[in-house]
Amino acid sequence: MAKRSFKSSLLPTILTYLGLAIGLVFSAFPIVWMFFSSLKSNTEIFALPPRLLPDDFTVAAYLTIFNDPVKVRFFINSYFVAGVVTALTLLVAIVTAYGFSRYQFRFKNTLNIFIISTQTVPPITLLIPYFGMVVAFRIFDTYLALILTYMVFTLPYAVLLMTGYLNTLPKELDEAVLVDGGSSWTALWRVIVPVSIPGIVATAVYTFLLAWNEFLFALTLTKSMDLRTVPIGIQLLMGQHAFEWNEMMAMSVLGSLPLLVLYLVAQRYFLAGMTAGSVKS
Amino acid sequence: MNHSATALVAAHPKARRKGWLRYSTLRKLVPYFYVSPATLLLVLLMLFPMVMVFKYSLMDGAIMKKDAAFAGVQNYMTIFENPVFWQSVAQTLYFTIMSVVFHFIIGLAFALLLNTNRVDPLIRSILRVLFILPWLFTAVIIAIIWRLLLDPNGVVNSVLMALHIINFKVEWFSSTRTAIHALTFANIWAGYPLYMVSLLAGLQGISKELYEAAGIDGANGLQKFWYITIPQLMPIIISIALLDFIWTMQVFPLVWMTTGGGPIYSTEVLSTFTYKLAFSQYEFSLASASAMIILIISMSVTYFYIKHQQRR
Repeated sequence: MAKRSFKSSLLPTILTYLGLAIGLVFSAFPIVWMFFSSLKSNTEIFALPPRLLPDDFTVAAYLTIFNDPVKVRFFINSYFVAGVVTALTLLVAIVTAYGFSRYQFRFKNTLNIFIISTQTVPPITLLIPYFGMVVAFRIFDTYLALILTYMVFTLPYAVLLMTGYLNTLPKELDEAVLVDGGSSWTALWRVIVPVSIPGIVATAVYTFLLAWNEFLFALTLTKSMDLRTVPIGIQLLMGQHAFEWNEMMAMSVLGSLPLLVLYLVAQRYFLAGMTAGSVKS
Repeated sequence: MNHSATALVAAHPKARRKGWLRYSTLRKLVPYFYVSPATLLLVLLMLFPMVMVFKYSLMDGAIMKKDAAFAGVQNYMTIFENPVFWQSVAQTLYFTIMSVVFHFIIGLAFALLLNTNRVDPLIRSILRVLFILPWLFTAVIIAIIWRLLLDPNGVVNSVLMALHIINFKVEWFSSTRTAIHALTFANIWAGYPLYMVSLLAGLQGISKELYEAAGIDGANGLQKFWYITIPQLMPIIISIALLDFIWTMQVFPLVWMTTGGGPIYSTEVLSTFTYKLAFSQYEFSLASASAMIILIISMSVTYFYIKHQQRR
Protein backbone atom coordinates (compact mmCIF):
# COMPACT_ATOMS: atom_id res chain seq x y z
CA MET A 1 0.00 0.00 0.00
CA ALA A 2 2.69 2.44 1.05
CA LYS A 3 4.56 1.81 -2.14
CA ARG A 4 1.46 2.44 -4.19
CA SER A 5 0.68 5.76 -2.53
CA PHE A 6 4.29 6.78 -3.09
CA LYS A 7 3.93 6.03 -6.75
CA SER A 8 0.60 7.76 -7.11
CA SER A 9 1.54 10.96 -5.34
CA LEU A 10 5.27 11.62 -5.32
CA LEU A 11 6.15 10.68 -8.88
CA PRO A 12 3.48 12.85 -10.54
CA THR A 13 4.47 15.72 -8.25
CA ILE A 14 8.11 15.41 -9.27
CA LEU A 15 7.12 15.25 -12.93
CA THR A 16 4.89 18.30 -12.51
CA TYR A 17 7.71 20.31 -10.98
CA LEU A 18 10.05 19.11 -13.71
CA GLY A 19 7.55 20.23 -16.35
CA LEU A 20 7.18 23.60 -14.68
CA ALA A 21 10.95 24.03 -14.51
CA ILE A 22 11.28 23.31 -18.22
CA GLY A 23 8.43 25.72 -18.86
CA LEU A 24 10.15 28.39 -16.83
CA VAL A 25 13.40 28.07 -18.78
CA PHE A 26 11.49 28.09 -22.06
CA SER A 27 9.42 31.17 -21.27
CA ALA A 28 11.77 33.29 -19.18
CA PHE A 29 15.31 32.46 -20.31
CA PRO A 30 15.24 34.59 -23.50
CA ILE A 31 13.93 37.54 -21.51
CA VAL A 32 16.46 37.18 -18.72
CA TRP A 33 19.22 36.83 -21.32
CA MET A 34 18.05 40.04 -22.99
CA PHE A 35 18.04 41.88 -19.69
CA PHE A 36 21.55 40.85 -18.66
CA SER A 37 22.88 41.45 -22.16
CA SER A 38 21.78 45.06 -21.81
CA LEU A 39 24.11 45.30 -18.80
CA LYS A 40 27.12 43.84 -20.58
CA SER A 41 29.74 45.51 -22.69
CA ASN A 42 29.52 44.74 -26.38
CA THR A 43 32.62 42.59 -26.32
CA GLU A 44 31.22 40.49 -23.48
CA ILE A 45 27.91 39.69 -25.16
CA PHE A 46 29.32 36.90 -27.33
CA ALA A 47 32.00 35.83 -24.82
CA LEU A 48 32.89 32.14 -24.81
CA PRO A 49 31.79 30.20 -22.90
CA PRO A 50 28.55 32.21 -22.64
CA ARG A 51 27.77 33.56 -19.20
CA LEU A 52 24.41 34.84 -18.08
CA LEU A 53 25.69 37.44 -15.63
CA PRO A 54 28.04 40.14 -16.88
CA ASP A 55 31.56 40.21 -15.42
CA ASP A 56 31.39 43.97 -15.32
CA PHE A 57 27.94 45.37 -14.86
CA THR A 58 27.61 48.50 -16.94
CA VAL A 59 24.68 50.77 -17.58
CA ALA A 60 26.55 52.47 -20.41
CA ALA A 61 24.01 51.30 -22.98
CA TYR A 62 21.17 52.92 -21.03
CA LEU A 63 23.10 56.16 -20.59
CA THR A 64 23.78 56.31 -24.32
CA ILE A 65 20.03 56.08 -24.97
CA PHE A 66 19.08 58.67 -22.34
CA ASN A 67 21.65 61.08 -23.73
CA ASP A 68 20.51 60.75 -27.31
CA PRO A 69 17.56 63.07 -28.02
CA VAL A 70 16.61 61.06 -31.13
CA LYS A 71 16.15 57.90 -29.06
CA VAL A 72 14.38 59.69 -26.23
CA ARG A 73 12.03 61.05 -28.87
CA PHE A 74 11.03 57.50 -29.90
CA PHE A 75 9.76 56.95 -26.40
CA ILE A 76 7.94 60.27 -26.20
CA ASN A 77 6.24 59.50 -29.53
CA SER A 78 5.20 56.04 -28.44
CA TYR A 79 3.78 57.26 -25.13
CA PHE A 80 1.98 60.11 -26.86
CA VAL A 81 0.46 58.09 -29.69
CA ALA A 82 -0.51 55.13 -27.49
CA GLY A 83 -1.94 57.50 -24.86
CA VAL A 84 -4.09 59.47 -27.30
CA VAL A 85 -5.26 56.34 -29.09
CA THR A 86 -6.22 54.81 -25.75
CA ALA A 87 -8.19 57.87 -24.65
CA LEU A 88 -10.07 58.24 -27.94
CA THR A 89 -10.74 54.52 -28.22
CA LEU A 90 -12.13 54.39 -24.70
CA LEU A 91 -14.43 57.33 -25.33
CA VAL A 92 -15.91 55.83 -28.48
CA ALA A 93 -15.99 52.29 -27.10
CA ILE A 94 -17.81 53.20 -23.89
CA VAL A 95 -20.59 54.98 -25.76
CA THR A 96 -20.91 52.21 -28.34
CA ALA A 97 -20.77 49.43 -25.76
CA TYR A 98 -23.58 51.11 -23.82
CA GLY A 99 -25.74 51.02 -26.94
CA PHE A 100 -24.93 47.36 -27.49
CA SER A 101 -25.42 46.33 -23.92
CA ARG A 102 -28.63 48.23 -23.10
CA TYR A 103 -30.69 48.26 -26.27
CA GLN A 104 -32.20 45.94 -28.78
CA PHE A 105 -32.29 47.38 -32.27
CA ARG A 106 -32.48 46.38 -35.90
CA PHE A 107 -29.13 45.45 -37.44
CA LYS A 108 -27.70 44.80 -33.98
CA ASN A 109 -26.57 41.32 -34.93
CA THR A 110 -25.21 42.49 -38.28
CA LEU A 111 -23.29 45.25 -36.60
CA ASN A 112 -21.96 42.85 -34.01
CA ILE A 113 -20.71 40.50 -36.73
CA PHE A 114 -19.16 43.48 -38.53
CA ILE A 115 -17.25 44.49 -35.41
CA ILE A 116 -16.10 40.94 -34.69
CA SER A 117 -14.90 40.49 -38.25
CA THR A 118 -12.95 43.74 -38.21
CA GLN A 119 -10.63 42.01 -35.72
CA THR A 120 -9.45 39.66 -38.40
CA VAL A 121 -8.91 41.99 -41.36
CA PRO A 122 -5.23 41.80 -42.38
CA PRO A 123 -3.38 45.05 -41.62
CA ILE A 124 -1.42 44.68 -44.86
CA THR A 125 -4.70 44.86 -46.81
CA LEU A 126 -5.62 48.17 -45.20
CA LEU A 127 -2.10 49.53 -45.41
CA ILE A 128 -2.13 50.18 -49.16
CA PRO A 129 -5.36 52.24 -49.26
CA TYR A 130 -4.30 53.99 -46.04
CA PHE A 131 -1.09 55.01 -47.69
CA GLY A 132 -3.03 56.33 -50.68
CA MET A 133 -5.54 58.16 -48.47
CA VAL A 134 -2.98 59.58 -46.06
CA VAL A 135 -1.00 61.01 -48.96
CA ALA A 136 -4.17 62.33 -50.62
CA PHE A 137 -5.38 64.03 -47.42
CA ARG A 138 -1.88 65.43 -46.81
CA ILE A 139 -1.50 63.82 -43.40
CA PHE A 140 1.42 61.58 -44.36
CA ASP A 141 4.11 61.69 -41.66
CA THR A 142 1.87 63.14 -38.94
CA TYR A 143 0.67 61.90 -35.55
CA LEU A 144 -2.87 62.19 -36.88
CA ALA A 145 -2.25 59.50 -39.51
CA LEU A 146 -1.05 57.09 -36.85
CA ILE A 147 -3.72 57.89 -34.29
CA LEU A 148 -6.55 57.60 -36.79
CA THR A 149 -5.40 54.35 -38.38
CA TYR A 150 -4.57 52.68 -35.06
CA MET A 151 -8.20 53.09 -34.05
CA VAL A 152 -9.20 50.55 -36.67
CA PHE A 153 -7.70 47.72 -34.69
CA THR A 154 -8.06 49.04 -31.16
CA LEU A 155 -11.78 49.84 -31.47
CA PRO A 156 -13.16 46.36 -32.17
CA TYR A 157 -11.44 44.89 -29.09
CA ALA A 158 -12.40 47.82 -26.94
CA VAL A 159 -16.06 47.64 -27.98
CA LEU A 160 -16.23 43.88 -27.43
CA LEU A 161 -14.46 44.10 -24.07
CA MET A 162 -16.58 46.98 -22.82
CA THR A 163 -19.83 45.40 -24.04
CA GLY A 164 -18.91 42.19 -22.26
CA TYR A 165 -18.24 44.15 -19.10
CA LEU A 166 -21.40 46.28 -19.24
CA ASN A 167 -23.45 43.12 -19.79
CA THR A 168 -22.38 41.98 -16.34
CA LEU A 169 -23.83 45.11 -14.71
CA PRO A 170 -27.48 44.86 -13.64
CA LYS A 171 -29.92 46.98 -15.65
CA GLU A 172 -31.48 48.27 -12.43
CA LEU A 173 -28.41 50.47 -12.03
CA ASP A 174 -29.15 52.80 -14.91
CA GLU A 175 -32.90 52.31 -14.74
CA ALA A 176 -32.87 53.99 -11.34
CA VAL A 177 -31.62 57.17 -13.02
CA LEU A 178 -34.22 56.91 -15.75
CA VAL A 179 -37.03 56.49 -13.26
CA ASP A 180 -35.89 59.71 -11.61
CA GLY A 181 -36.34 61.46 -14.96
CA GLY A 182 -32.67 61.44 -16.04
CA SER A 183 -31.66 60.57 -19.57
CA SER A 184 -29.81 57.42 -20.49
CA TRP A 185 -26.84 59.67 -21.40
CA THR A 186 -26.74 60.90 -17.81
CA ALA A 187 -27.15 57.35 -16.56
CA LEU A 188 -24.19 56.26 -18.66
CA TRP A 189 -21.76 58.90 -17.36
CA ARG A 190 -23.03 59.31 -13.80
CA VAL A 191 -23.76 55.71 -12.90
CA ILE A 192 -22.43 53.20 -15.40
CA VAL A 193 -18.97 54.67 -16.02
CA PRO A 194 -18.04 55.04 -12.32
CA VAL A 195 -18.94 51.42 -11.58
CA SER A 196 -17.23 50.18 -14.76
CA ILE A 197 -13.74 51.25 -13.75
CA PRO A 198 -12.38 47.66 -13.75
CA GLY A 199 -13.73 47.08 -17.25
CA ILE A 200 -12.42 50.44 -18.41
CA VAL A 201 -8.97 49.70 -16.99
CA ALA A 202 -8.91 46.32 -18.75
CA THR A 203 -9.87 47.97 -22.01
CA ALA A 204 -7.39 50.81 -21.56
CA VAL A 205 -4.52 48.47 -20.76
CA TYR A 206 -5.25 46.26 -23.73
CA THR A 207 -5.69 49.20 -26.10
CA PHE A 208 -2.43 50.74 -24.92
CA LEU A 209 -0.65 47.45 -25.53
CA LEU A 210 -1.97 47.19 -29.08
CA ALA A 211 -1.02 50.77 -29.88
CA TRP A 212 2.40 50.53 -28.23
CA ASN A 213 3.30 47.40 -30.22
CA GLU A 214 2.04 48.52 -33.62
CA PHE A 215 4.66 48.22 -36.32
CA LEU A 216 3.36 48.11 -39.87
CA PHE A 217 1.46 51.41 -40.01
CA ALA A 218 4.15 53.24 -38.05
CA LEU A 219 6.74 51.95 -40.49
CA THR A 220 4.85 53.06 -43.57
CA LEU A 221 2.82 56.14 -42.65
CA THR A 222 5.64 58.12 -41.03
CA LYS A 223 9.02 59.03 -42.38
CA SER A 224 10.79 61.62 -40.22
CA MET A 225 12.78 60.62 -37.13
CA ASP A 226 10.68 63.09 -35.12
CA LEU A 227 7.65 60.84 -35.50
CA ARG A 228 9.13 57.38 -35.20
CA THR A 229 7.79 55.16 -32.44
CA VAL A 230 9.83 52.72 -30.36
CA PRO A 231 9.38 49.60 -32.54
CA ILE A 232 10.44 51.52 -35.63
CA GLY A 233 13.24 53.21 -33.71
CA ILE A 234 14.60 49.82 -32.73
CA GLN A 235 14.31 48.59 -36.29
CA LEU A 236 16.24 51.61 -37.58
CA LEU A 237 18.98 51.19 -34.99
CA MET A 238 19.21 47.55 -35.91
CA GLY A 239 19.87 48.52 -39.51
CA GLN A 240 22.33 51.27 -38.67
CA HIS A 241 24.48 49.74 -35.97
CA ALA A 242 23.70 46.09 -36.23
CA PHE A 243 26.44 45.17 -33.80
CA GLU A 244 25.65 47.44 -30.87
CA TRP A 245 23.92 44.54 -29.19
CA ASN A 246 23.93 45.94 -25.68
CA GLU A 247 22.25 49.12 -26.86
CA MET A 248 19.65 47.15 -28.82
CA MET A 249 18.93 45.11 -25.70
CA ALA A 250 18.69 48.21 -23.54
CA MET A 251 16.23 49.73 -26.03
CA SER A 252 14.25 46.50 -25.93
CA VAL A 253 14.16 46.50 -22.14
CA LEU A 254 13.01 50.13 -22.07
CA GLY A 255 10.53 49.46 -24.87
CA SER A 256 8.97 46.58 -22.94
CA LEU A 257 8.99 48.32 -19.60
CA PRO A 258 5.61 50.09 -19.79
CA LEU A 259 3.88 46.85 -20.73
CA LEU A 260 5.69 44.87 -18.04
CA VAL A 261 4.78 47.44 -15.40
CA LEU A 262 1.16 47.56 -16.57
CA TYR A 263 1.06 43.78 -16.55
CA LEU A 264 2.45 43.43 -13.04
CA VAL A 265 0.21 46.17 -11.65
CA ALA A 266 -2.97 45.29 -13.50
CA GLN A 267 -2.53 41.59 -14.05
CA ARG A 268 -6.13 40.49 -13.96
CA TYR A 269 -7.18 43.31 -16.26
CA PHE A 270 -4.56 42.19 -18.70
CA LEU A 271 -5.86 38.67 -18.73
CA ALA A 272 -9.37 39.95 -19.32
CA GLY A 273 -8.13 41.77 -22.40
CA MET A 274 -6.12 38.86 -23.60
CA THR A 275 -8.91 36.34 -23.54
CA ALA A 276 -11.50 38.79 -24.89
CA GLY A 277 -11.34 37.30 -28.35
CA SER A 278 -11.75 33.73 -27.29
CA VAL A 279 -14.13 33.86 -24.39
CA LYS A 280 -17.74 34.07 -25.30
CA SER A 281 -19.19 37.55 -25.18
CA MET B 1 -35.93 48.62 -21.87
CA ASN B 2 -39.00 50.36 -23.14
CA HIS B 3 -39.34 52.37 -20.13
CA SER B 4 -35.73 53.49 -20.09
CA ALA B 5 -36.06 54.75 -23.65
CA THR B 6 -39.24 56.64 -22.77
CA ALA B 7 -37.41 58.28 -19.93
CA LEU B 8 -34.64 59.39 -22.26
CA VAL B 9 -37.14 61.07 -24.55
CA ALA B 10 -38.92 62.60 -21.59
CA ALA B 11 -35.64 64.15 -20.57
CA HIS B 12 -35.52 66.11 -23.79
CA PRO B 13 -38.33 68.61 -23.42
CA LYS B 14 -37.32 70.36 -26.60
CA ALA B 15 -37.98 67.27 -28.61
CA ARG B 16 -41.39 67.07 -27.05
CA ARG B 17 -42.24 70.71 -27.73
CA LYS B 18 -41.13 70.69 -31.32
CA GLY B 19 -43.00 67.53 -31.99
CA TRP B 20 -41.53 67.13 -35.45
CA LEU B 21 -40.86 63.54 -34.65
CA ARG B 22 -43.11 61.26 -32.73
CA TYR B 23 -41.70 59.88 -29.48
CA SER B 24 -41.81 56.35 -30.77
CA THR B 25 -39.66 57.27 -33.76
CA LEU B 26 -37.24 59.23 -31.66
CA ARG B 27 -37.08 56.42 -29.16
CA LYS B 28 -36.08 53.99 -31.87
CA LEU B 29 -33.17 56.23 -32.83
CA VAL B 30 -31.58 56.21 -29.38
CA PRO B 31 -29.62 52.98 -29.77
CA TYR B 32 -28.32 54.11 -33.15
CA PHE B 33 -27.10 57.31 -31.56
CA TYR B 34 -24.99 55.25 -29.16
CA VAL B 35 -23.53 52.81 -31.65
CA SER B 36 -22.94 55.34 -34.40
CA PRO B 37 -19.47 56.67 -33.38
CA ALA B 38 -17.75 53.30 -33.60
CA THR B 39 -19.77 52.27 -36.63
CA LEU B 40 -18.89 55.44 -38.53
CA LEU B 41 -15.21 55.20 -37.64
CA LEU B 42 -14.99 51.56 -38.65
CA VAL B 43 -16.86 52.15 -41.90
CA LEU B 44 -14.52 55.03 -42.68
CA LEU B 45 -11.37 53.16 -41.67
CA MET B 46 -12.37 49.70 -42.80
CA LEU B 47 -15.09 49.42 -45.42
CA PHE B 48 -14.02 52.44 -47.42
CA PRO B 49 -10.35 51.34 -47.58
CA MET B 50 -11.45 47.84 -48.57
CA VAL B 51 -13.38 49.22 -51.50
CA MET B 52 -10.31 51.29 -52.37
CA VAL B 53 -7.91 48.35 -52.28
CA PHE B 54 -10.28 46.33 -54.42
CA LYS B 55 -10.44 49.20 -56.91
CA TYR B 56 -6.64 49.54 -56.91
CA SER B 57 -6.31 45.82 -57.56
CA LEU B 58 -8.27 46.20 -60.80
CA MET B 59 -6.24 49.18 -62.02
CA ASP B 60 -2.94 49.62 -63.74
CA GLY B 61 -0.55 51.88 -61.81
CA ALA B 62 -2.75 52.74 -58.81
CA ILE B 63 -1.47 55.55 -56.55
CA MET B 64 1.57 56.09 -58.79
CA LYS B 65 -0.24 57.26 -61.93
CA LYS B 66 -2.73 60.13 -61.88
CA ASP B 67 -4.84 58.57 -64.64
CA ALA B 68 -4.50 54.90 -63.76
CA ALA B 69 -6.45 52.80 -66.23
CA PHE B 70 -8.80 49.90 -65.56
CA ALA B 71 -6.93 46.63 -65.99
CA GLY B 72 -9.46 43.98 -65.05
CA VAL B 73 -8.06 40.84 -63.46
CA GLN B 74 -4.65 41.32 -65.07
CA ASN B 75 -2.96 42.04 -61.71
CA TYR B 76 -4.32 38.84 -60.21
CA MET B 77 -3.03 36.89 -63.21
CA THR B 78 0.42 38.43 -62.80
CA ILE B 79 0.45 37.47 -59.12
CA PHE B 80 -0.64 33.90 -59.85
CA GLU B 81 2.10 33.55 -62.45
CA ASN B 82 4.77 34.59 -59.95
CA PRO B 83 6.54 31.54 -58.48
CA VAL B 84 7.63 33.57 -55.43
CA PHE B 85 3.95 34.11 -54.62
CA TRP B 86 3.34 30.36 -54.50
CA GLN B 87 6.50 29.86 -52.48
CA SER B 88 5.20 32.50 -50.05
CA VAL B 89 1.85 30.72 -49.83
CA ALA B 90 3.57 27.44 -48.97
CA GLN B 91 5.86 29.09 -46.41
CA THR B 92 3.01 31.06 -44.85
CA LEU B 93 1.05 27.83 -44.48
CA TYR B 94 4.01 25.98 -42.95
CA PHE B 95 4.71 28.84 -40.55
CA THR B 96 1.05 29.21 -39.61
CA ILE B 97 0.16 25.55 -39.16
CA MET B 98 3.31 24.76 -37.16
CA SER B 99 2.71 27.81 -34.99
CA VAL B 100 -0.94 27.00 -34.31
CA VAL B 101 -0.18 23.34 -33.50
CA PHE B 102 2.71 24.11 -31.15
CA HIS B 103 0.98 27.09 -29.57
CA PHE B 104 -1.83 24.71 -28.71
CA ILE B 105 0.39 21.89 -27.43
CA ILE B 106 2.56 24.18 -25.29
CA GLY B 107 -0.40 26.27 -24.13
CA LEU B 108 -2.33 23.18 -23.08
CA ALA B 109 0.68 21.58 -21.38
CA PHE B 110 1.38 24.74 -19.36
CA ALA B 111 -2.30 25.18 -18.51
CA LEU B 112 -2.48 21.59 -17.21
CA LEU B 113 0.74 22.02 -15.21
CA LEU B 114 -0.57 25.21 -13.65
CA ASN B 115 -3.96 23.72 -12.92
CA THR B 116 -2.85 20.81 -10.71
CA ASN B 117 -2.99 21.10 -6.96
CA ARG B 118 0.22 19.10 -6.63
CA VAL B 119 2.16 22.34 -6.63
CA ASP B 120 2.37 24.97 -3.95
CA PRO B 121 -0.22 27.68 -4.76
CA LEU B 122 2.31 30.49 -4.37
CA ILE B 123 4.73 28.90 -6.84
CA ARG B 124 1.81 28.29 -9.14
CA SER B 125 0.71 31.89 -9.16
CA ILE B 126 4.25 33.21 -9.65
CA LEU B 127 4.81 30.85 -12.57
CA ARG B 128 1.49 31.86 -14.03
CA VAL B 129 2.73 35.43 -14.21
CA LEU B 130 6.07 34.41 -15.68
CA PHE B 131 4.70 32.01 -18.28
CA ILE B 132 2.69 34.81 -19.88
CA LEU B 133 5.68 37.11 -20.29
CA PRO B 134 6.57 36.24 -23.91
CA TRP B 135 3.17 37.52 -24.97
CA LEU B 136 3.95 41.02 -23.69
CA PHE B 137 6.89 41.58 -25.98
CA THR B 138 6.37 43.35 -29.23
CA ALA B 139 7.34 41.48 -32.40
CA VAL B 140 10.33 43.72 -33.04
CA ILE B 141 11.77 42.94 -29.64
CA ILE B 142 11.04 39.23 -30.00
CA ALA B 143 12.90 39.36 -33.30
CA ILE B 144 15.89 41.03 -31.66
CA ILE B 145 15.99 38.63 -28.73
CA TRP B 146 16.05 35.64 -31.04
CA ARG B 147 18.58 37.23 -33.35
CA LEU B 148 20.84 37.56 -30.32
CA LEU B 149 20.20 34.04 -29.04
CA LEU B 150 20.43 32.41 -32.47
CA ASP B 151 23.44 34.40 -33.66
CA PRO B 152 26.14 32.06 -35.02
CA ASN B 153 28.22 33.07 -31.97
CA GLY B 154 25.18 33.13 -29.71
CA VAL B 155 24.27 31.14 -26.68
CA VAL B 156 22.05 28.59 -28.45
CA ASN B 157 24.87 27.45 -30.71
CA SER B 158 27.30 27.38 -27.77
CA VAL B 159 24.99 25.19 -25.72
CA LEU B 160 24.16 22.86 -28.62
CA MET B 161 27.87 22.48 -29.41
CA ALA B 162 28.74 21.83 -25.78
CA LEU B 163 26.09 19.10 -25.76
CA HIS B 164 27.51 17.74 -29.05
CA ILE B 165 24.14 18.09 -30.76
CA ILE B 166 25.71 20.12 -33.53
CA ASN B 167 29.40 20.31 -34.46
CA PHE B 168 29.53 23.63 -36.30
CA LYS B 169 28.03 27.07 -35.84
CA VAL B 170 24.62 27.09 -37.48
CA GLU B 171 23.59 30.38 -39.08
CA TRP B 172 19.97 29.97 -38.04
CA PHE B 173 18.49 33.05 -39.67
CA SER B 174 20.80 33.33 -42.66
CA SER B 175 20.80 29.82 -44.03
CA THR B 176 18.04 28.88 -46.49
CA ARG B 177 17.70 25.51 -44.77
CA THR B 178 17.09 26.75 -41.24
CA ALA B 179 15.68 30.28 -41.51
CA ILE B 180 12.00 29.35 -41.81
CA HIS B 181 12.28 26.94 -38.87
CA ALA B 182 14.10 29.47 -36.68
CA LEU B 183 11.43 32.02 -37.52
CA THR B 184 8.63 29.60 -36.74
CA PHE B 185 10.28 28.68 -33.47
CA ALA B 186 10.51 32.33 -32.42
CA ASN B 187 6.83 32.75 -33.23
CA ILE B 188 5.89 29.64 -31.26
CA TRP B 189 7.76 31.05 -28.28
CA ALA B 190 5.91 34.34 -28.55
CA GLY B 191 2.38 33.07 -29.05
CA TYR B 192 1.47 30.19 -26.72
CA PRO B 193 0.31 32.34 -23.73
CA LEU B 194 -3.03 33.18 -25.34
CA TYR B 195 -3.88 29.47 -25.41
CA MET B 196 -2.46 28.95 -21.94
CA VAL B 197 -4.55 31.66 -20.32
CA SER B 198 -7.75 30.74 -22.13
CA LEU B 199 -7.36 27.02 -21.53
CA LEU B 200 -6.53 27.60 -17.89
CA ALA B 201 -9.76 29.58 -17.54
CA GLY B 202 -11.53 26.75 -19.35
CA LEU B 203 -10.01 24.08 -17.09
CA GLN B 204 -11.18 25.91 -14.01
CA GLY B 205 -14.68 26.03 -15.43
CA ILE B 206 -15.01 22.25 -15.80
CA SER B 207 -17.21 20.80 -13.11
CA LYS B 208 -15.39 18.57 -10.59
CA GLU B 209 -18.42 16.27 -10.56
CA LEU B 210 -17.68 15.14 -14.09
CA TYR B 211 -14.29 13.81 -12.97
CA GLU B 212 -15.74 12.26 -9.82
CA ALA B 213 -18.44 10.49 -11.79
CA ALA B 214 -15.84 9.20 -14.23
CA GLY B 215 -13.67 8.09 -11.30
CA ILE B 216 -16.53 6.05 -9.90
CA ASP B 217 -16.93 4.42 -13.30
CA GLY B 218 -13.27 3.43 -13.06
CA ALA B 219 -11.78 5.84 -15.59
CA ASN B 220 -8.04 6.47 -15.30
CA GLY B 221 -6.30 9.82 -15.66
CA LEU B 222 -5.70 9.49 -19.37
CA GLN B 223 -9.31 8.53 -20.03
CA LYS B 224 -10.55 11.46 -17.95
CA PHE B 225 -8.32 13.76 -19.95
CA TRP B 226 -9.43 12.37 -23.29
CA TYR B 227 -13.16 11.98 -22.60
CA ILE B 228 -13.81 14.93 -20.27
CA THR B 229 -11.09 17.59 -20.40
CA ILE B 230 -10.61 17.74 -24.17
CA PRO B 231 -14.32 17.74 -25.12
CA GLN B 232 -15.04 20.39 -22.46
CA LEU B 233 -12.23 22.60 -23.77
CA MET B 234 -13.09 22.06 -27.43
CA PRO B 235 -15.14 25.25 -27.97
CA ILE B 236 -12.29 27.38 -26.58
CA ILE B 237 -9.68 25.45 -28.55
CA ILE B 238 -11.55 25.93 -31.81
CA SER B 239 -12.11 29.67 -31.21
CA ILE B 240 -8.52 30.40 -30.38
CA ALA B 241 -7.05 28.16 -33.03
CA LEU B 242 -9.13 29.90 -35.71
CA LEU B 243 -8.16 33.37 -34.47
CA ASP B 244 -4.54 32.31 -34.13
CA PHE B 245 -4.59 30.91 -37.66
CA ILE B 246 -5.87 34.21 -39.06
CA TRP B 247 -3.47 36.37 -37.05
CA THR B 248 -0.42 34.19 -37.66
CA MET B 249 -1.13 34.10 -41.36
CA GLN B 250 -0.83 37.89 -41.38
CA VAL B 251 2.57 37.92 -39.65
CA PHE B 252 4.78 40.81 -40.72
CA PRO B 253 7.08 42.47 -38.16
CA LEU B 254 8.68 39.28 -36.92
CA VAL B 255 9.68 38.22 -40.43
CA TRP B 256 10.66 41.73 -41.42
CA MET B 257 12.96 42.10 -38.42
CA THR B 258 14.61 38.68 -38.49
CA THR B 259 15.12 37.72 -42.12
CA GLY B 260 13.25 40.27 -44.20
CA GLY B 261 11.92 37.35 -46.24
CA GLY B 262 15.37 36.05 -47.16
CA PRO B 263 17.76 34.45 -47.67
CA ILE B 264 16.66 34.04 -51.33
CA TYR B 265 12.91 34.18 -50.55
CA SER B 266 13.24 31.22 -48.15
CA THR B 267 11.17 32.99 -45.47
CA GLU B 268 9.01 35.12 -47.74
CA VAL B 269 5.44 35.10 -46.44
CA LEU B 270 2.35 36.61 -48.02
CA SER B 271 2.58 39.86 -46.08
CA THR B 272 6.28 40.50 -46.80
CA PHE B 273 5.70 39.57 -50.44
CA THR B 274 2.86 42.11 -50.61
CA TYR B 275 4.75 44.78 -48.68
CA LYS B 276 7.73 44.57 -51.00
CA LEU B 277 5.52 44.85 -54.08
CA ALA B 278 4.07 48.06 -52.68
CA PHE B 279 6.88 49.79 -50.86
CA SER B 280 10.05 48.48 -52.52
CA GLN B 281 8.82 48.15 -56.09
CA TYR B 282 5.98 50.70 -55.94
CA GLU B 283 3.69 48.25 -57.75
CA PHE B 284 0.67 49.31 -55.75
CA SER B 285 -1.82 47.64 -58.09
CA LEU B 286 -0.08 44.29 -57.91
CA ALA B 287 0.30 44.69 -54.15
CA SER B 288 -3.41 45.46 -53.87
CA ALA B 289 -4.27 42.28 -55.75
CA SER B 290 -2.00 40.33 -53.42
CA ALA B 291 -3.53 42.07 -50.40
CA MET B 292 -7.01 41.17 -51.67
CA ILE B 293 -5.96 37.52 -51.85
CA ILE B 294 -4.81 37.66 -48.21
CA LEU B 295 -8.08 39.35 -47.29
CA ILE B 296 -10.14 36.67 -49.02
CA ILE B 297 -8.27 33.89 -47.22
CA SER B 298 -8.64 35.66 -43.86
CA MET B 299 -12.31 36.33 -44.38
CA SER B 300 -13.05 32.73 -45.28
CA VAL B 301 -11.54 31.58 -42.00
CA THR B 302 -13.31 34.43 -40.19
CA TYR B 303 -16.59 33.08 -41.56
CA PHE B 304 -16.03 29.82 -39.68
CA TYR B 305 -14.90 31.71 -36.61
CA ILE B 306 -18.09 33.79 -36.48
CA LYS B 307 -20.31 30.79 -37.15
CA HIS B 308 -18.56 28.99 -34.31
CA GLN B 309 -18.88 31.97 -31.94
CA GLN B 310 -22.57 32.33 -32.65
CA ARG B 311 -23.25 28.68 -32.01
CA ARG B 312 -21.64 28.90 -28.56
